[in-house]
Amino acid sequence: MIEANFLGLLNIDAFRHDLIQNVGVAIMSLSVIFVVLGLTYFKKWQWLFKEWLSSLDHKRIGIMYIVVALLMLSKAGFDALIMRTQQALSVGNHHGIVSSSHYQQIFSSHGSTMIFFAAMGLMFGIINLAVPLMIGARDVAFPWLNSVSFWLFAAGMILLNTSLAIGDFSGAGWLAYPPLSELQFSPTVGVDYWIWSLQIAGIGSLLSGINFIVTILRKRAKGMDLMKMPMFVWSILGSMTLVTFAFPVLTATLALLYLDRLIGTHFFTAGGGGNPMMYVNLIWAWGHPEVYILILPAFGIFSEVVATFSKKKLFGYKSMVWAIWAIVILSFTVWLHHFFTMGAGADVNGFFGIMTMIIAIPTGVKIFNWLFTMFRGRITFTTPMIWFIGFILLFSIGGVAGVLLAVPPADFQLHNSLFLVAHFHSMIVSGVLFGYFAGIVYWFPKFSGIKLNEKLGKIAAYLWILGFIVAFVPLYALGIMGATRRMDHYSASMGWQPLFIVAGLGVLIIGSGLLTIVAQVAYSVYKHSENMDKTGDPWDGRTIEWSIPSPAPSYNFAILPTIQKSDDFWDMKQKNRKVQKDYVDILMPKNSYLGLFIAAGSFAFGFGAVWHILWLSIFGLLIVISSIIVRTIDENTEFVITKEKLFQDDIQYYGETR
Amino acid sequence: MKLAKIFALISVPIIFILSVAAYVSHQNVQVFNPAGVIASKEKELILFALLLSLFVLVPVYSMLILFSIKYRAKNKSSKYSPNFGSSRLVELIWWLIPSILILFLSVVTWKSSHELDPYKTISSSSKPMNIQVVALDWKWLFIYPDEGIATVNTIEIPRDRPVNFELTADAPMNSFWIPQLSGQIYAMPGMNTKLSILSNKIGVYKGRSANISGKGFAGMLFDVSVVNQSEYNQWINKAKLSTKVLNNSSYNQLAEPTENVQPFTYSFVSPILYENILDKYGASDNNMSKAMGM
Repeated sequence: MIEANFLGLLNIDAFRHDLIQNVGVAIMSLSVIFVVLGLTYFKKWQWLFKEWLSSLDHKRIGIMYIVVALLMLSKAGFDALIMRTQQALSVGNHHGIVSSSHYQQIFSSHGSTMIFFAAMGLMFGIINLAVPLMIGARDVAFPWLNSVSFWLFAAGMILLNTSLAIGDFSGAGWLAYPPLSELQFSPTVGVDYWIWSLQIAGIGSLLSGINFIVTILRKRAKGMDLMKMPMFVWSILGSMTLVTFAFPVLTATLALLYLDRLIGTHFFTAGGGGNPMMYVNLIWAWGHPEVYILILPAFGIFSEVVATFSKKKLFGYKSMVWAIWAIVILSFTVWLHHFFTMGAGADVNGFFGIMTMIIAIPTGVKIFNWLFTMFRGRITFTTPMIWFIGFILLFSIGGVAGVLLAVPPADFQLHNSLFLVAHFHSMIVSGVLFGYFAGIVYWFPKFSGIKLNEKLGKIAAYLWILGFIVAFVPLYALGIMGATRRMDHYSASMGWQPLFIVAGLGVLIIGSGLLTIVAQVAYSVYKHSENMDKTGDPWDGRTIEWSIPSPAPSYNFAILPTIQKSDDFWDMKQKNRKVQKDYVDILMPKNSYLGLFIAAGSFAFGFGAVWHILWLSIFGLLIVISSIIVRTIDENTEFVITKEKLFQDDIQYYGETR
Repeated sequence: MKLAKIFALISVPIIFILSVAAYVSHQNVQVFNPAGVIASKEKELILFALLLSLFVLVPVYSMLILFSIKYRAKNKSSKYSPNFGSSRLVELIWWLIPSILILFLSVVTWKSSHELDPYKTISSSSKPMNIQVVALDWKWLFIYPDEGIATVNTIEIPRDRPVNFELTADAPMNSFWIPQLSGQIYAMPGMNTKLSILSNKIGVYKGRSANISGKGFAGMLFDVSVVNQSEYNQWINKAKLSTKVLNNSSYNQLAEPTENVQPFTYSFVSPILYENILDKYGASDNNMSKAMGM
């Protein structure tokens, strides 16, 4: 219930933690202090606010998404390391390094952070960077909304991480099944942190989804028919369609769960007329499409990467488009396969098992089409291609495991086991994450002007592939041996410990892979004078984002392109086709600080909702509403870039010759 | 890249996987070491589906390796067709191969879902027995309604006799899993699920909860002892000598959250206890199959 107390449920106990948590809080606070001091020392505060935090440029927003997502990837990677350390040590009489309730918070936070703030963040980052450039647009359809989406994402992220320092986090797993997540069994604020960090970030995702659908449908360059769009853009259209249909389900489900916890409604409670099964159905009605929301963009990236580095047209373009839409539709018809084991009966289980297998068909078609793109190509094995090979090798294994899980009686034996954990990590790490890494390396020159160091990039990819095998092959085995997920302790006689130790080493190898990526970026930026992309087309690219300078100017295209073919830039180069040089003045959106205010407001709202501090929630909501009103009545939101400036920029980059 | 380097890159993971396999083969691989009819069939099904998947896995891996070598940029002798972007025949094959495979697998899925439906009782010449399972915070209560006894965290069953479990929870959701005897089924408050097993091998098998249910979840372990009918009868007689009885008040005491509970036995259990636990949550109108209209 709403508390009469000024600070709601918040009291001194919220700051009492065990050693590992305190270390975490210390690391977090020290990094913040370090960044603050650095910014002050180098006098970069103005630069940060003026150039970045207030930016409406989709490329800058994209970079901010990626920076936040990589931080969250590292943070949730640490969670993974703690989990594996615990499972390597907590055997028989030993109880490892964390208590069971803390362990449960760690895996819940690992899953939620990885999906919502690492994977989704990387995804929206890459979409922001690439989509407007690939369709020949100067920005997204709603630039300010785009910034709001990012800031909601950031606010959700900060709220989730606040739970480390103030109070605790949910221990009910990344999907928080009731009744465990109900007040009766989870009386602390942990589940509320989970609800509100996902809720705030989720609304940002929904707004982004709408934004990119409109961007793709309305902002394409002249002549770019739907069937001439790059495959990445198609995959984003599919993915964002899923976002707009699936995320409202999540929003509603989380809201109902919060009402259960706040005012004692009984939507999902075990007694009082509630039905936990309703929650399980609803959360997976969002949760299964979510998997495809993440994987479709990765598929899109691989489609671009394979075609570019095979120097060949993407094979089976039409098939690929149909495959995307088959996946979009089918992904809403398989949710029950996440709970075959809840006694739904043979007909229902059989139906959803078959639907699940059918969705493997378009996925298989896509894999065959990529391979046939390589057929009779001229393949150069750049870093993105190494990620692609790792993806095919490991994702296929995950797919096979997925087919096993789709047969209900086989699922009875494999569900909730570490086999399942290994399966979905095969999909999300070697599918989603490898794809995103390939995409970042691929487009890095376009948004930074710098080509990343290939050697370090390849080492990173090999480390990830090897690390993945070392970390997850033991989990497949452990699952078959009867080990379930989420155990903080087990008996020595099971023979599981050596495999857990090996899996832990795998996490370390993956961690070194992540560090290598950081080193790759740092080294390449440090040596930027040697790695400058002076042509704008470092990979001999096929799509029009390579027709403009690197880094892409804030307005992307000095002259809006006219498209004649799919892979139009390749065609231009083949036929020596030139762009008509008629520059005109353009309007670009001005920067806006309101996104920051909305982030602050929604964070205050969320924090108030978590701790039942009513005045804080109202205050936060007022900030959000007034920011929106201020924006609505502001008519001075654009500025002009003159044609002379556009001309000068072009001369400066390409020289007089072009 | 040098050939030796490529070879090293490929052999490291293969050696690793083989050593994991070698280690695992000396352990009790529970899912692949069945001691009951259901678990045996589930094992066969897993292996069958795995075998079928090779029909996709092998061509994918072969093409990946072959094309990577043959069409690498350095190999100028191979054919290069930059505009070869579609072929009806090839694409038809791409759609057909997985479709046929999935069609085949769908038949298997439908049939096996019905054959191995956990609600289906197993036909046998011997009389089936019943056990009512209640998942509590954080232990398992097993009620033997025919015998009027109950146990906590231990099950004793006779060999070659079908056992019909009915399951519910008086706690968050748990999943009841004895890998060597059968796949899992959830035990959920206010809901009544079912599972039938038959063990044909004497031995002690590990059971656990497979779904997170809170702090003590990892300790929700139980042993299932499969014994001869005569030994089973002896065990029942011994159980009836226990000084503990399970009535409403001792049940409420048991239902209090506790962790890592050692097994023990009740000599008497109230015959309506299981119904009462279900009714506590209004089970009659809160059944999943009813709620979903099935």
